Amino acid sequence: MANGVLAERLENYLEHKTHKGIFAWILSTDHKRIGILYLVSMVTFFWVGVTLGFLMKLEMLTPGKTIVDAQTYNTFFTLHGIIMIFLFIIPGIPAVFGNFFLPIQIGARDVAFPRLNLLSWYLYIIGGLFAIASLFLQGGPIDTGWTFYVPYSIRTTTNVILPLLGAFILGFSSILTGLNFITTVHRLRAPGMTFFRMPLFVWALYATAWIQVVATPVVGITIVLVIIERALHVGIFDPALGGDPLLFQHLFWIYSHPAVYIMILPAMGVVSEIIPTFARRTIFGYKVIAFSSLAIALIGYFVWAHHMFSSGMSNTSRAVFSLLTFLVAVPSGVKVFNWVATLYKGSIELRAPLIYVMMFIFLFSIGGLTGLVLGSLATDVHVTDTYFVVAHFHYVMFGGTAIILFAALHYWFPKMFGKMYYEKLAIWATPFIFIGFNMLYFTMFILGYNGMPRRYWSYLPEYQTLHIISTVGSWILIAGLAIMFGNLIYSLFKGKPAEANPWGGVTLEWQIPSPPPAENFEEIPVVNHGPYDFSIINGNSDGKS
Amino acid sequence: MEKEHKEHLIPYGTYFLVWLSLISLTVLTVTVAGIELGRIALFVALAIAFVKSTLVVSYFMHIKFDDLIFRIFLLVALVTLASIFILTATDIFFR
Repeated sequence: MANGVLAERLENYLEHKTHKGIFAWILSTDHKRIGILYLVSMVTFFWVGVTLGFLMKLEMLTPGKTIVDAQTYNTFFTLHGIIMIFLFIIPGIPAVFGNFFLPIQIGARDVAFPRLNLLSWYLYIIGGLFAIASLFLQGGPIDTGWTFYVPYSIRTTTNVILPLLGAFILGFSSILTGLNFITTVHRLRAPGMTFFRMPLFVWALYATAWIQVVATPVVGITIVLVIIERALHVGIFDPALGGDPLLFQHLFWIYSHPAVYIMILPAMGVVSEIIPTFARRTIFGYKVIAFSSLAIALIGYFVWAHHMFSSGMSNTSRAVFSLLTFLVAVPSGVKVFNWVATLYKGSIELRAPLIYVMMFIFLFSIGGLTGLVLGSLATDVHVTDTYFVVAHFHYVMFGGTAIILFAALHYWFPKMFGKMYYEKLAIWATPFIFIGFNMLYFTMFILGYNGMPRRYWSYLPEYQTLHIISTVGSWILIAGLAIMFGNLIYSLFKGKPAEANPWGGVTLEWQIPSPPPAENFEEIPVVNHGPYDFSIINGNSDGKS
Repeated sequence: MEKEHKEHLIPYGTYFLVWLSLISLTVLTVTVAGIELGRIALFVALAIAFVKSTLVVSYFMHIKFDDLIFRIFLLVALVTLASIFILTATDIFFR
């Protein structure tokens, strides 16, 4: 294979070291090494979040105290939320796979601002440490919930300012990554790589980057206002000081709802990569999928107040935001139909990444449809602030983004590390994850519908059976996750060497050796066809893509 | 790579005039804040702030002399911000 010859001549990025030891990683401006830095730090934070989630579910095994008291439980769900959202899912796919593959997929040697890219990782780590530091300081860890709602966040005696500063710093990391990606897409595309020849993962990252740049400053300034109010007692949000608490909710969700699309859009991009590869055919409706990413990014800005339907805002506002919320379901639906249409009559090869993708389509559809229950004003009043909401966002965020992060890990593992993972073990992990996930979270839909409020430390005895099923589900899910990560870590050391193109993919990353050379391409490629043109490997080029 | 950026030098006199305008507008903002204008006060303050930011973005940030793509970027951000203001108003003014 021509790529094999290339591999002998070019030093790969793991061999190419600009510094010694750990400095080869923490001082490297190579986008691939930075992607790996993010991966390692993010997986570490993920397991801290999983541990907190495990302990929360264990506490809910019985009504009243099982293992911790109510105050500790409050800090558990707050830190679980902050870690999983700000340190895992928001940076998630863009920071790891976006960094690693965006430049390669558009035929560039690196991102536009490599040093800024490394700075983003440092800011991410510093922000993360700030968020976690409150655990060990006097006053105790933050107990406000990850949404930092006022006036409680202004009045509680726990450490609020440190995690707030952490979120502020993490915001800068996110903005700089977005800025880097927008510039890279505009400036560094290979010759012939027009916008409509870009892989859909790049389109998704591009749409996401715009949300990162435009929405994140809003939460930054909101956080600063809370800190000012807490430290100097200026009346901004606290009604006791003449402030408006709903203003906080508006400002918080003006960022945090688009942030949901920062989380899910890149995942949708990964799905659009994996499905054509394992169905051996061009994606159905390329342009519609590309534009639906932009549509989701755009409409996603204008639906934030559906988080506030029962908070006391005006009826006019509630009707407007409910309507807009229904609109955002349209481009999401377009994507799902196009993915299924791509699989239809495809030459399907059922490997681990595709199994995760199918799991995603199932779980994300449940998450999306239950979102409509919450988007309707009448039904929202019944289930808001119950376990129904908790179930909904775990189906969307975990069933959506995290499951696709696992799919991406398997799909790109051979390319990133030059090793194959063990396919059988990878497939064995999936039923554990799927069954555990549904036991853990589907029961929450029923619990919520029956009136179990979220964030409560205790509950009425009639809810116990469902809580037990849910807790046992968490154990099965964690077992599945342990098998999956165990397999990948083991394969990192003991896996067989990977070919340049083990899946028969056609985007640019599969045309270079595994692992990629330090500068990705010996010569910048000239692109003359669309991203999913399988006629190249099928040998019946008809010029279509 | 797209075509190289055309160089455009702005005379110091223009910068000075812009700076003077910004100072004057700041004085105007403070003065208007002292007058009882009711609900209109917010819109007056926002209008002055809009003029000030337009001056900064056009001259100090050079957007007036830059490629069209940067103006489009700016427009996207501005339209988003305006939409956010309008949608928030559906709550604030109808509560």
